[in-house]
Amino acid sequence: MNPLKNHEFLEKRSIVLLLAIIVTVLIGGIVEIVPLFRQETVIEPVKGVRPYTPLELAGYNIYLREGCYNCHSQQIRPLRDEVTRYGHYSLAAESMYDHPFQWGSKRTGPDLARVGKKYSDAWHVAHMMNPRSVVPESIMPSYSFLMNRGVKMHDLGHHLSALKAVGVPYDEAMIENADKDAYAQANGEPRVDIAGLQERYGENVNARDFDGQPNIVSEMDALIAYLQVLGTMVDFEATKDVDPGAVSKATLGQDDMEGGE
Amino acid sequence: MSKEATDSQISTGHVVDYNYDIVRKFTLATTFWGVIGLMGGVFIALQMAFPVLNLEPYLTFGRLRPLHTSAVIFAFGGNALFATSYYVVQRTCRARLWGDRAASFTFWGYQAFIIMAALGYVLGVTQAKEYAEPEWYADLWLTAVWVTYLVVYMMTVIKRKEPHLYVANWFFLAFIITVAVLHIGNNLSLPVDWRYAKSYSVPAGVQSAMIQWWYGHNAVGFFLTAGFLGMMYYFIPKRAERPVYSYRLSIVHFWSLIFIYIWAGPHHLHYTALPDWAQTLGMTFSIMLWMPSWGGMINGMMTLSGAWHKLRKDPVLQFMIVALAFYGMSTFEGPLMSIRAVNALSHYTDWTIGHVHSGALGWVGFITFGCLYYLVPKLWNREEVYSLKLVSLHLWIATFGIVLYITSMWVSGIMQGLMWRSYNEYGFLTYSFVETVQAMHPYYIIRACGGLLYLAGALIMTYNFYRTIKGDVAVNEVDKDGNPRQTTRAAVLVAAE
Repeated sequence: MNPLKNHEFLEKRSIVLLLAIIVTVLIGGIVEIVPLFRQETVIEPVKGVRPYTPLELAGYNIYLREGCYNCHSQQIRPLRDEVTRYGHYSLAAESMYDHPFQWGSKRTGPDLARVGKKYSDAWHVAHMMNPRSVVPESIMPSYSFLMNRGVKMHDLGHHLSALKAVGVPYDEAMIENADKDAYAQANGEPRVDIAGLQERYGENVNARDFDGQPNIVSEMDALIAYLQVLGTMVDFEATKDVDPGAVSKATLGQDDMEGGE
Repeated sequence: MSKEATDSQISTGHVVDYNYDIVRKFTLATTFWGVIGLMGGVFIALQMAFPVLNLEPYLTFGRLRPLHTSAVIFAFGGNALFATSYYVVQRTCRARLWGDRAASFTFWGYQAFIIMAALGYVLGVTQAKEYAEPEWYADLWLTAVWVTYLVVYMMTVIKRKEPHLYVANWFFLAFIITVAVLHIGNNLSLPVDWRYAKSYSVPAGVQSAMIQWWYGHNAVGFFLTAGFLGMMYYFIPKRAERPVYSYRLSIVHFWSLIFIYIWAGPHHLHYTALPDWAQTLGMTFSIMLWMPSWGGMINGMMTLSGAWHKLRKDPVLQFMIVALAFYGMSTFEGPLMSIRAVNALSHYTDWTIGHVHSGALGWVGFITFGCLYYLVPKLWNREEVYSLKLVSLHLWIATFGIVLYITSMWVSGIMQGLMWRSYNEYGFLTYSFVETVQAMHPYYIIRACGGLLYLAGALIMTYNFYRTIKGDVAVNEVDKDGNPRQTTRAAVLVAAE
């Protein structure tokens, strides 16, 4: 049978042609995508990755809203210069709670996968107010309006519920206390008791007045809380002891979350 | 000229009463959105050279870049695909487009989607996935429009008078159905609540990255390639008045193109946390993709066999053939950049932006301009456009614009990549990141100039269409064969066919 001669068959039957096209284009996608949902083969076993706190999540959403991904990547490649410049190459586990991923595709500005704790909160505030005040050659837009806009605290619980529905291990207490936790994280001790926040998200959670405005939980607070946690979750010391072959459900992070309670 | 007059003239000339009204609407929308999208591009290019142009909160680069990409891909490109596919399917099936009201819904519905998406971007409503930024409500709306499009197209095909389905239709069909699959597959998301514009994508991390670039690369493969090859397969043979070069080649290259393209997505994720096997598959298929891509280019160019002399005089044909040359160039560059070692240098740099624009401005833009220059006189019953000299001017201005654009992005992109990885003799990185930003400044200005020239070309085209539709003919004009044309309005009113 010569397919070139028999192609006439398809040309005369439009429905069959349409079905043949559908089958042809589905194959590649199925082969490349379906195996990735066997998470244990994709996400390496590391300790420390937790879902974002409500305030960090609000920051993540501001990062998305402003289209930061258009100019900043969050994916350090295992290349010598990138590891020197930005730190340890990015692990799959580090974006496992990002719905969707923010790896980006362009570096008009630097990679942000490990920007957490590299700069002070005050530096971030000055940089967002006017990037050229701290980096004269920068071409980044200014985002001073974030200082005056409050985070919609009452919505945070709904956001956590939605994320829980798509697989992020938030529990009932986290959803119920979302606004309180955000308030506690944006103020920190001694002004607010952060015991509940720490109980739910771990001892290491950053809790302080990020934007230097004690009277408001601003979008600047949220964005800086998000930036300051980027790339800081994985405990690389503890991870050295993990046997890469011992892949279990623990790698998906649920264990860490439960352990905190 | 009124719509009725046109339709009646056509119906006296043909057995079939084609629905040209819908094609005219989409043609005008293509021209309009093209100018808007290019203006957006020039503006954000200037923002990268002069950051003071970022006007927070609504007009920052981060919010406007999706506006530019969506305006050129979906508004300009999408309307061009609707216009040409509705024209081609009627002509090659010798059947009137099925469902006048359904077709009209696809027009108004699609424009509504564009407005919805654009407003969302400026207001900060986005899924933050490249080329899939519109939120869930706009996505649902687009799904309804797109399914209607598929139904209108298929029903027209089914009631065709021609026993064989012409090759252009295979490509249009593959484009419509695959874009539907990609759109639904990449937009599975859960709204926070139906009252919220915000949603969260169902997959996360690695899986969302793979699905996004399966979508993203095939938005290029099926929206910007398969659909536009459909245009190429109809309009080049028509304009050159020659049959397609090789029927066999079109079969081989059609099936191999649509089969292989789908696999190429992971080349956007080299050296990331995506498993290596997927990256390797993506790279391998991307390299294989070179052959079917060039199959299409060869089939289009060789259609001019025995008619190469036409290329000397006809700027419309020149647009189409230069488009194929750019298609060949960027589909060679693409596989090259998909090789991991090359990608290590090119990824994250402006080289990628240059590559995309050689395809977008050179291939997608030029083939569309060529088709529009063919279509507008046909749709408004003119012998030819107002001025072929202006078409020629458009061609040269736009080509010069592209050359400025892609050469500046090649040079600066490679420079940027090399600066990032440069070490000094003590083993330290030579450049801080911001030094590489500073070094880009002159190239960003050159790029903006290139974009400005390309925009100027599109404005010349718009003027040319305006005069064509008005029924004017420029003085001292010649037709595509080099014969002088009459300037009187009465002469033009004689139907072209």
